[in-house]
Amino acid sequence: MGIAIRPALSWSDVFSFEDYGELLVLMRNPLIAAIALGIVGGLIGVFIMQRDMAFAVHGISELSFAGAALALLVGGSVVFGSLAGAIVAALIIGLLGARARDRNSIVGVLMPFGLGLGILFLSLYEGRSANRFSLLTGQIVAVGDTDLAWLLGISAVVFVGLIVVWNPLRFDSLDPQSAEARGLPVQGLSLVFMLLLGAIVAAAVHIIGALLVMALLVTPAAAAMRIAHGPVAVPLLSAAFGLVSAAGGILLAIAGTLPVSPYITTISFAIYLVCRIVAWRRDRVVASRRTRAEAH
Amino acid sequence: MTDPVLQISGAGMRLRGRDLWQGLDLDLAPGEFVAVLGPSGSGKTTLLRAILGLQRLTEGRIRVAGRPVRRGNRRVGYIPQQRPFPLGTSMRARDLVALGVNGTRFGAPIPRPGDRARVDALLAAVGASRYADDPVGSLSGGEQQRLRVGQALADQPPLLLCDEPLSSLDLRNQRAVTHIIDEQRRETGAGVLFVTHDINPVLGSVDRILYIAGGRFRLGTPDEVLRSDVLTDLYGSPVEVVRTGGRLLVAGVPEGEPHHPHHDHDHDDDSEGGF
Repeated sequence: MGIAIRPALSWSDVFSFEDYGELLVLMRNPLIAAIALGIVGGLIGVFIMQRDMAFAVHGISELSFAGAALALLVGGSVVFGSLAGAIVAALIIGLLGARARDRNSIVGVLMPFGLGLGILFLSLYEGRSANRFSLLTGQIVAVGDTDLAWLLGISAVVFVGLIVVWNPLRFDSLDPQSAEARGLPVQGLSLVFMLLLGAIVAAAVHIIGALLVMALLVTPAAAAMRIAHGPVAVPLLSAAFGLVSAAGGILLAIAGTLPVSPYITTISFAIYLVCRIVAWRRDRVVASRRTRAEAH
Repeated sequence: MTDPVLQISGAGMRLRGRDLWQGLDLDLAPGEFVAVLGPSGSGKTTLLRAILGLQRLTEGRIRVAGRPVRRGNRRVGYIPQQRPFPLGTSMRARDLVALGVNGTRFGAPIPRPGDRARVDALLAAVGASRYADDPVGSLSGGEQQRLRVGQALADQPPLLLCDEPLSSLDLRNQRAVTHIIDEQRRETGAGVLFVTHDINPVLGSVDRILYIAGGRFRLGTPDEVLRSDVLTDLYGSPVEVVRTGGRLLVAGVPEGEPHHPHHDHDHDDDSEGGF
């Protein structure tokens, strides 16, 4: 008797709604950043999927991490560092990897290099150790006013950029041969896309961490594409899923003591799972209807 | 005599130090159907790229509807080779056709009045209304190819360029797609330049044949070009043209044409520019 086994993790660590209001005020900046990033990340995710660039996103994020780590080491702006790293990676991948196979090998080469470089810079860095892993797994709590302005600025630029090239980029992503034949500047479009992608990846590294950017840039779009096909429905759903994942993750994280990232990744994964199940059920119905129609 | 929709005069193309063709002259009249034949790497696709303004001629000139070629010419419709869209592509049948209507518009992607009616009309013209709202990935190769034809017709171009549009389709769909293109040129008077490795599906529609091989070419009616002596002369080695059961077989072509199971090889004559 009397031996109380204390679990390492109690439910109050995961969810606890004491002092929620006060904490919410403290998390105002991260929440605003996450909302912007969730929406824009969901939108660009549609193009990432259509252009088959999920792996490239990962490569960009690792170099973005290296840039941020270098900035931390030399005492520069971390947002600027991650932006520089991401843009460099995006341009390298965009210029050298026009074909999918080339691109995958370039990403495969860049990724460990970026990650290794980042770890090197972090190990040389002697500041607060809390900052170290947060670049990899998210540091949303530490969004100051200047950072927030940067993140919102990046999201706005990417949003406007996407809107400007929306239709031609869609054409080039879905039907590249015909897009080129119709005279679209396909190389220019691809370069613009890579720049926008680099910028939003850099922002996402700040919110959710280099290792987890896919949860905001790829998963929402992948989920939306499971259940919708239309040119309006897919981006709207994807942006909504991104928003719910990012903002929902933070709102839940406020109630617990765990980091934000696992909440965001879990929500976005759960959405994806639900979409898959919905699509699977629907496709079964459609398939049986088609078989019946063809039998007649 | 109406003005030709396509005028090629003295055109020559050199790619990576190799002459693909030289001194090419071709006038394509409105409503005329010209098939372009020749082995892989003979520069058929490159010819289409030159007409699209994507590849510069080494010599000579090309005019489309009386004007020099340029990129993004709305007077040229382009039907590419069928490459199946994978299941799960986030696009419905109507969206693929709609890319021909709105795909080149920069700026906020807000539909303009009349867009939907135009897309519906195009879908009807290629017999795709029935599956207009199905995802493209769930459609057969023939159904997808009809949509590509619909997309190419979006601006009612007076010149249609077709780059192996029938390859990887079954016989029934080859006939159906050929019929749509044939009907289109009869109704709108569009000239058709049709690159193909198999002449049989289009033999009933073809007015003239441009046969390119070994850096040289022959232009004429099927009866003038598809003859053993003509092709033997063109290839410089014995080639036999056999007519059997209403089909036309070209036997003894050096590079193994017309069989090329992997379709990408047909585009080997292109540079890195996509396609």
